Amino acid sequence: MAEMHRRPLRVLLAKLGMDTHTVGITVIAHALREAGMEVIFTGLKQTPEMVAAAAIQEDVDVVGISTLSAGHTRNLPKLARLLREAGAGDKLLLAGGVIPEEDRPLLEQAGVDRTFTMGSDTRDIVIYLNEWWAEQLVAEA
Amino acid sequence: MDVASELLTGTILAGARAIRWLDDGDPRGAQTLAAVFPHTGRAHIVGITGPPGAGKSTLVNALITEERRRGRRVGVIAIDPSSPFTGGAILGDRVRMGKHTLDPDVFIRSIGTRGQAGGLARSTHDACLILDAMAYDLILVETVGVGQDEIDVVALAHSTVIVGVPGLGDEIQAVKAGLMEAGDLFVINKADREGYEDTHRQFELMLHLRTEAKTHGGGESWSPPLLRAIATKDEGIADIVDAIDRHKEILQSTGEFGLRSAQREREQALTLACAEIMRGIKHSADPAILSAVENREMDPYRASQLLIKNWQEKAPV
Repeated sequence: MAEMHRRPLRVLLAKLGMDTHTVGITVIAHALREAGMEVIFTGLKQTPEMVAAAAIQEDVDVVGISTLSAGHTRNLPKLARLLREAGAGDKLLLAGGVIPEEDRPLLEQAGVDRTFTMGSDTRDIVIYLNEWWAEQLVAEA
Repeated sequence: MDVASELLTGTILAGARAIRWLDDGDPRGAQTLAAVFPHTGRAHIVGITGPPGAGKSTLVNALITEERRRGRRVGVIAIDPSSPFTGGAILGDRVRMGKHTLDPDVFIRSIGTRGQAGGLARSTHDACLILDAMAYDLILVETVGVGQDEIDVVALAHSTVIVGVPGLGDEIQAVKAGLMEAGDLFVINKADREGYEDTHRQFELMLHLRTEAKTHGGGESWSPPLLRAIATKDEGIADIVDAIDRHKEILQSTGEFGLRSAQREREQALTLACAEIMRGIKHSADPAILSAVENREMDPYRASQLLIKNWQEKAPV
């Protein structure tokens, strides 16, 4: 049996609003698991309040939101604000899916750390997360 | 943030962080645990176990609803398997418990097994202590889907609920060996499914044959009930909570409640000591001895004696 990572990255994956397209989020979940990460699934039709509460209970390092049916310009800034207000603003907030280029500046300004649009390679997401995690561990040491 | 004092006042952010530290083996976890340990020993720890697909998460979701109706604060530890190859995991038990996410008196935590066998994660006991210190009245521990002998939850919980389900065919094979001896309550979930009567008969027979009742569940005063449920429709849930309450009362009136808690902490101390020694031996292992075994110049028994001797000489104690 492989030696376990003493400290795997914990990632919460969720979908906000009425969007029920699950293929993307499922593919990401499996890719992250293969990369040795712990993925917490919260299910569909989540509100920003629910995602923030779950992220805090689970003490994840990363919150990843898959969005494929608009609403992201309202939902994501709200989620970022709720996390900050709850003292959990240090979590990395990612968004993926259908996000028009022109929405990106607004999202980034609101506290979304990175967006991955349609057609992103899951390997790039894994690399991005691993690099971010390595930075966090170095900063802590 | 002083995590220990914050979590004692029930701050979720602090409790969640303490569990993370303990799960990761971060030394701050043990420090926090030391500070809050005197405030533990109150919560009723209830294990929920059974084969994969029995509907454990859905049942837990329904039990939370009923316990909340009775005014209790509920902590949940939901365990899913980690990949033995990558260490990664998909922890999906929360999906079935979504409606409790915003209830401030419910704290749900998903934990991966991280290489631990037996149906629990290494940090399950620690997480229970943290939730106990946060003054949750009841802690539901949902194990991974288990087979015959993954019954570590029995040593952890005051009360263990075994969940079965009709239609798994030889399911009774998977359940019988360890689980039938271990459980304090038996629930057949998805009772509207075909095959319920057969499964019920099988469970009844196994329970009848169970002669160990004397040494379990508060002695002969407790005879494990067999209950039916349809968790998706909230059917049979109040009866299960009634039975869990009755079991707790009997444990308390016989002194077994404190006895089980005491035994659990003692075993945990021994488990932690063994794990530390194992780590020490692996770290101090002389590669020359190991390669002698690999080359068949030394037998494993002789090598193990030498490894222990070397470790003892190097150990700082």
